[in-house]
Amino acid sequence: MIKIRGLNKTYNLGLPNALHVLKGIDMDIAAGEFLSIMGASGSGKSTLLNVIGILDNYDTGEYILDGTLVRGLSETRSAELRNHKVGFIFQSFNLISFKNAMENVALPLYYNGVPRRKRNELAMEYLEKLGLGAHAHHLPSELSGGQKQRVAIARALISRPSVILADEPTGALDTATSREVVEIMREVNRTDGITMIIVTHELAVSKATDRIIYLRDGLIASDEHNPNPVIEF
Amino acid sequence: MFDLLGEILATMKRNKMRSFLTGFAVAWGIFMLIVLLGAGQGLQNGVKSEFEGRAINTVTLYPGRTSVPYKGYRSDRRIRFDERTVEFVRTNIPEVGYLSAGFSYSPTSVAYGKEYGTWQLYTGTQDHVKFEHMLFPKGRFINEVDMQQRRKVVVIGKTVVEALFKNGEEPLGKQIIIDGIAFQVIGVYEKPFGQSFSEPMYTPLSTALMLYDRGWGINQIEFTVEGIDTEEKADALSERVRAKMGAYLGFDPADTSAMYVRNSAKDAIQTFRIFGFINMFLWVIGFACIMAGIVGVANIMLVTVRERTREIGIRKAIGATPWSIIRSIIIESIVITTVAGYIGIVCGMGVTELISRGLNAGGGGGQMPFKDPTVGLGIVFSVLLLLVICGVVAGLIPALRATRIRPIEAMRAD
Repeated sequence: MIKIRGLNKTYNLGLPNALHVLKGIDMDIAAGEFLSIMGASGSGKSTLLNVIGILDNYDTGEYILDGTLVRGLSETRSAELRNHKVGFIFQSFNLISFKNAMENVALPLYYNGVPRRKRNELAMEYLEKLGLGAHAHHLPSELSGGQKQRVAIARALISRPSVILADEPTGALDTATSREVVEIMREVNRTDGITMIIVTHELAVSKATDRIIYLRDGLIASDEHNPNPVIEF
Repeated sequence: MFDLLGEILATMKRNKMRSFLTGFAVAWGIFMLIVLLGAGQGLQNGVKSEFEGRAINTVTLYPGRTSVPYKGYRSDRRIRFDERTVEFVRTNIPEVGYLSAGFSYSPTSVAYGKEYGTWQLYTGTQDHVKFEHMLFPKGRFINEVDMQQRRKVVVIGKTVVEALFKNGEEPLGKQIIIDGIAFQVIGVYEKPFGQSFSEPMYTPLSTALMLYDRGWGINQIEFTVEGIDTEEKADALSERVRAKMGAYLGFDPADTSAMYVRNSAKDAIQTFRIFGFINMFLWVIGFACIMAGIVGVANIMLVTVRERTREIGIRKAIGATPWSIIRSIIIESIVITTVAGYIGIVCGMGVTELISRGLNAGGGGGQMPFKDPTVGLGIVFSVLLLLVICGVVAGLIPALRATRIRPIEAMRAD
């Protein structure tokens, strides 16, 4: 599914303030995995996630996503790959404030060329699935944090991506809501078989995943199997 | 496409006030352009209507006196036009279309029954009506038979009718006495443009030469020409005519005082060229007004793009291609400019139409050479096209800036 070999990434390459963030990462992630990447701030975990999500490029090494070598792609090609293969969940939700829940969920399909009626139907379906059917026509400002994150999850799911990348998905939520969101992600992973990669610094979140990768100073410090995932907040 | 418009309208609705103000600048620019072009058109129509009824391409020859000796002739010799000169012009200058010639005579009295007065008597050929716009409520103008048979016929104006024919008496067919010679009235004319206080009477050239020529001859020959559309052609024609007439009447073609040639084609070309300049100037001013509007739109779009950095970042993260971002911003810009521009066009057309109505109601502009200051459909379409182009131009820089937005940074910013 995801194959990373010798990945290096330096910010401000060639400048005096150059920052070597990823120092040769090797990683294999199989389809349908549910894993978390942990690490202190500055360990390079967000950068790694951005590279995996094709939001950022890298300097050396190689990254193969679902059989496609991701390197030196045009903006247009990257956008297409993101649209088809990757779903994002962010700490700050990143919903479009003037669109209602349904329109937000349907947006990836707009860029996929799906007709309006079809994509709104699908969006409703996903919102129902996440228990937000009644809030479909609410603006993000009228939703609670947990509801917003569920809308974001629905948006990440709607284009049926190969992988969903979650960047601190519970960072802005209280414990009860965090628990709820993690349960949903777990559920989505199990029922839809979508690979789920969560970047977090919350131990409770990582304990809910099957595999935990620790990053330290741009290198993989440990890569452990978690035989007994529990959702405890 | 419909989807795209929906997306764009949704974003525009977010900033109603801003979209309105931006649009207003464009509408104002277009409004000014339409009004300015309308004014230019009005001026042009006004001057054109003064030309109306006259053949625009006419050449008039006036005899003068020679100023240099030529082929044994002395200097200061009078050049005389007579009937044979008229025939020479008709047959030897191939460009001649319609031709008239004549002189004027001032009779001491014009009488009918007990009534009398005095009016100028002009002469002309049957073609005279091609040079001067005349209407004939009664009867007709001089014709070829009148010319050939040197008939003593006369065409009179309304003032003559009012003075001589009291109690509504029918003038047609009556004999009026001009200096003791009876002339039959064959027509009553009116001139729709330009009131002349002394409406002259007209009689055939041939008749007048027979009765009144005191050796002075004909004092003007005028003829129409076709296909003279540049000043060069007009000048060349004048030179050719001068050479032929010089050879026939015996004067140096370079001697301008021997014969004066007036070429109205040249005047008309110059006048219309001036209008070309005025029109161009108005376009430049109008375009500058629109430019101000465009800069406004571009500026607002830039602000919009900056404000929407986060949103654009999100869209990119979920798969918006650069092209789709560029397209939506440029189309938003086009929508603002064309909708606002359309309003400007409608307002501008309304104002010019109102002015036009006002002028017509106020008696056709009076002394002002100003008439019907409205712009044509062609101009409206070119303005619309201009608007679309402007929309693209205004949206281009903001759109390119939007494509440079990097999703990660955009979403990090709060």
